[in-house]
Amino acid sequence: MDHDHYADTYIRDLLDEVKTIAVVGASANAARPSFFVVRYLAQKGYDVYPVNPGHAGKPIAGCMTYASLGAVPVAIDMVDIFRNSEAALGVVKDALALQPRPKAIWMQLGVRHDEAAALAEEHGIKIVMNRCPKIEFGRLSGEIGWVGVNSRVLSSKRATLHGKGFQQLGLASQRNKP
Amino acid sequence: MTSDHQPGFSTLAIHAGAQPDPTTGARVTPIYQSTGFVFDDVDHAAALFGLQSFGNIYTRIGNPTQAVLEERVAALEGGTACLAVASGHAAQLIVFHTLMEPGDEFIAARQLYGGSVNQFTHSFKKFGWTAKFVDMDDISAFEKAVTPRTKAIFIESLANPGGRVSDIAAIAAVAKRAGVPLIVDNTMATPYLCRPIEHGANIVVHSLTKFMGGHGNSLGGAIVDAGNFDWSREGRYPALCEPRPDYSGMVLHETFGNFAFAIACRVLGLRDLGPCISPFNAFQILTGIETLPLRMQRHCDNALKVANYLSQHGEVEWVNYAGLPGDRHHGLAQTYLPKGAGAVFTFGVKGGYEAGVAVVSNVKLFSHLANIGDTRSLIIHPASTTHRQLSDAAKKSAGAGPEVIRLSVGIEDADDLIADLAQALEVAAKA
Ligand SMILES: Cc1ncc(COP(=O)(O)O)c(C=O)c1O
Repeated sequence: MDHDHYADTYIRDLLDEVKTIAVVGASANAARPSFFVVRYLAQKGYDVYPVNPGHAGKPIAGCMTYASLGAVPVAIDMVDIFRNSEAALGVVKDALALQPRPKAIWMQLGVRHDEAAALAEEHGIKIVMNRCPKIEFGRLSGEIGWVGVNSRVLSSKRATLHGKGFQQLGLASQRNKP
Repeated sequence: MTSDHQPGFSTLAIHAGAQPDPTTGARVTPIYQSTGFVFDDVDHAAALFGLQSFGNIYTRIGNPTQAVLEERVAALEGGTACLAVASGHAAQLIVFHTLMEPGDEFIAARQLYGGSVNQFTHSFKKFGWTAKFVDMDDISAFEKAVTPRTKAIFIESLANPGGRVSDIAAIAAVAKRAGVPLIVDNTMATPYLCRPIEHGANIVVHSLTKFMGGHGNSLGGAIVDAGNFDWSREGRYPALCEPRPDYSGMVLHETFGNFAFAIACRVLGLRDLGPCISPFNAFQILTGIETLPLRMQRHCDNALKVANYLSQHGEVEWVNYAGLPGDRHHGLAQTYLPKGAGAVFTFGVKGGYEAGVAVVSNVKLFSHLANIGDTRSLIIHPASTTHRQLSDAAKKSAGAGPEVIRLSVGIEDADDLIADLAQALEVAAKA
C-alpha cells in the first residue's frame, strides 16, 4: 500500500469501523492539537482513551487518561499516535502486544514511520500515516467546509446530521444510526 | 465517482463546496441571511469559540453561504482553504494585517490596479507598513529590493489595466530565496485562465467583484491559502508561529497546519477588522462562478477579436493586448494563460485627449464606467476619470496617457462590439 495517498473510501471505512480510540501522547493543555483531537473525536461519538503517563488518572477533555496502552481497560479499535516519528515504532510494538490487537493504527499529521507501518500491516492492521483524524472526519462529513477548507469531496447527496444538534455532521454511512 | 477520480474545472465550478442542505434538501446553496447561529449546547459553544470544533458562530467570522463560496474558490485555485471577504481591497488588507508588523516592508509590482497602489502607498503607511514598488518585468529588481524587513512580494498575474503578464515562476523563485510568501492577485485572469499556485504562489487574492462573480452586481473578495509555506520554519510571522493570547496560547500554524494562514486571516484579521462579505453577495458570486469557464472563454475570444480589429484600425495608434502575436507579453501569455489573455486591455486613439473623450462619449453598447469583468462590455478613458488628479507625467507612467482607452470586453456578440467601436472611432476622427 502506498502511504503517500489514501482513497477517501479507505479513510471513511476505517473511521466508520472503529469505536474505541486510544490517543497516545494526548496533552491536557487545551491549546494543543492533541487536545483538540481528543475533544473532537469524543464529540463525534467515539470512546476516546488518552494515553499519557504524566496525566494518568485525570481526564483530558472529559476522557479518562491512562499511563500506557496496556492500562486501557477496554479493547482498543484504533491507536492514534501523537508522538514524533522516531517514537512511532515503539508505540506500534506496544499496540501489537495488545489482546485483542487494534484494527487500525493512525499516525498524526507529520508522523510517519514506514518500518513500523509494515510491521503492523503484517498483522493485518490498517495503517494511516501523516494525517489527522479530526481533519479527515471534518473533510468527509463536510464540516470542515464551514471554515473554508477545501474538502476535495463533491457530493449531490444531503450532508448527514449527527447526534442531537444541528451544527454536527456525520459520515454518510452513519445516516441511519442513532 | 470513485474517490480517485479527479474532477475537472467546470465540475468544480458548479459542485465544489455545495452539498444539498442537510435540513431542507435545498439543492441551490441557500442565502443564510442570519447574523448568528444557535449553539447545540454550552459545551459546543465553548468548543467553537476555542476553535476546537468547526461551525458557525456569528456572520462577521463566517456564514454557511460564504463557506460554500470559500470552498469553491479554494478548489478552483487548487488551494487548501479560502476566506471570502467584503471586497478585493478587504482581502488585501487582511492578508497584510496577518503578515506584517509596524516597520515591515513588502515588495510590490508597480503595475497594479490603481486602487491597490493607493491602498499600499497611503493607507498602509498608517499601519507602519512600507510598499517598495518595482517594475514587474525586472526580476532582478525584486531581488535587489529584499531587506531583512521584507515580509512578502505582491504581484498581479495579469496586470490591470495594461494586460501585462507576470513571470510568476521567476518571481516565486525570488520569494522563496528571500523566505517570504508570494501573493498573487488573480482577479484579471481567474483560475480558469491561470492557477498561480501551480507556478509557486503561496497566497492568492481576488476581487470576486470582477470576472469571478462576473455580472457586475456584487462586491466580494477572497484570500486563498496554497498551504505550501512553512510559517514555523521562517519564524518571522508572529500571527502564525507564536502563542496567541486570545486563544489560550494556541499556535495557529501548529494547530491548523497547511490551512493555518486562511484560519489566521479569519480568526484574527476578519474577526478584528470586520470586513465580512454579505451572505447575499456570496450567493450572487457563487451563481456567477458556476458559469465562469463558459464566460471566461467567451470574454477572451471576444477580446481577441476586438483587439485584432483595433490593431488594424487607422484611427488607433497602438493596442496593448498580450493575446496579440506581436505583443511584448505574448510569450508570457502563452506560458501562463494558454486559453486566452483575459478581456481587459488598453489602446491608444489618434488625436489624444479629445479623441479619447469622444470615443467614450459616443459608444452605444459599451458602458462608460469604472469597473471590469462584467457580462456587459465596459469602457473608460483613465485620463479624464480614474487618473484625472495625476500630473501629465504621472498619468503617462501609470499607463493613463491622454490617448489611452481601457476596455473590459463582455460576452455579447463580438460583431456588435466591433461595430460599436467602429462608429465611435468614426465620430472621434471627425471631431
Ligand atoms: C486587479 C484588482 N485587484 C483588486 C481590486 C479591488 O477589488 P474591489 O473593488 O473588489 O475591492 C480590483 C478592482 O478593480 C482589481 O481590478
